Amino acid sequence: MMAHAIFFYAFSIIAVISAIMVTVSKNTVHSVFFLILDFISISCLFIMIGAEFLGMIMLIVYVGAVAVLFLFVVMMLNVAQQKNQWFISKQNSGHIPVGLIISTIIFFELIIVVGGWKYKPELLNPTISKVSNEISNTHSLGQVLYTDYIHIFQISGMVLLIAMIGAIVLTFRQREGVKTQSYLKQISRERSEGVEVLDVPSNQGVKIDD
Amino acid sequence: MTDIGLGHYLTLGAVIFSIGVIGIFLNRKNIIVILMSIELILLAVNINLVSFSIYLDDLTGQVFTLFILTVAAAEAAIGLAIIVVYYRNAGTIRVEEIDKLKG
Repeated sequence: MMAHAIFFYAFSIIAVISAIMVTVSKNTVHSVFFLILDFISISCLFIMIGAEFLGMIMLIVYVGAVAVLFLFVVMMLNVAQQKNQWFISKQNSGHIPVGLIISTIIFFELIIVVGGWKYKPELLNPTISKVSNEISNTHSLGQVLYTDYIHIFQISGMVLLIAMIGAIVLTFRQREGVKTQSYLKQISRERSEGVEVLDVPSNQGVKIDD
Repeated sequence: MTDIGLGHYLTLGAVIFSIGVIGIFLNRKNIIVILMSIELILLAVNINLVSFSIYLDDLTGQVFTLFILTVAAAEAAIGLAIIVVYYRNAGTIRVEEIDKLKG
């Protein structure tokens, strides 16, 4: 229990500090690095609490894909040196106290909900998908994911497909003066227009390109 | 203090959620940092779902965390694509200069 507490506090303190650093750091590249640190410490917490599959998936999806995508865009757009300043806005900054007040209210509301959670027995309805101790976390997740939640699973695949198509369509750009292959022209070539049989006179040769 | 329960994880989720909201409100320069704050908020939601799922012995929370992960990845890809297109067209992604809609 003691080790659990020590690891929980270590990982959660790292997570909170790096979450703060994501929002306040001046350099956007540093923000992305702190975001990666945040994801890694939260996935360590997930693995520690017993959700190993989700912890590993968080590492793969967030650190491996999303954070690298952020880093890629930050470096491609050359905004890394664009300083991330606070409170120096030319326009009015009257939204800042409002934002702070709203965030604080949200935080205390969530804390009140946590404190008021009485672990009521009537809230603990027996459910169809119990966490089993005999089989691993990945195994039990797979058993419910491909049976009870198969439709949502497939719809999430469609969401990813549509997101991929949307990202490609948004960023696609036809450039001028770039030589590309025309696949339609290539596959619709006929023998009659591709090959020409010539009767070459002796000692005179033939001119191929006219 | 040494007995870590559900409340500790929920408090961690609340703290990270509030930091994400503060990041959205206070950031006035860089729209990429706003997207990162949205990722932080989704992360806080995932923490809540996973900790409830473990402490209530119900796998549904973890299944829905997977779907939230999917939606977060799609959202990041689309958002960054929109940012790239906007930067190409307007030459800037500073939040205070994005005022085409006059909002």
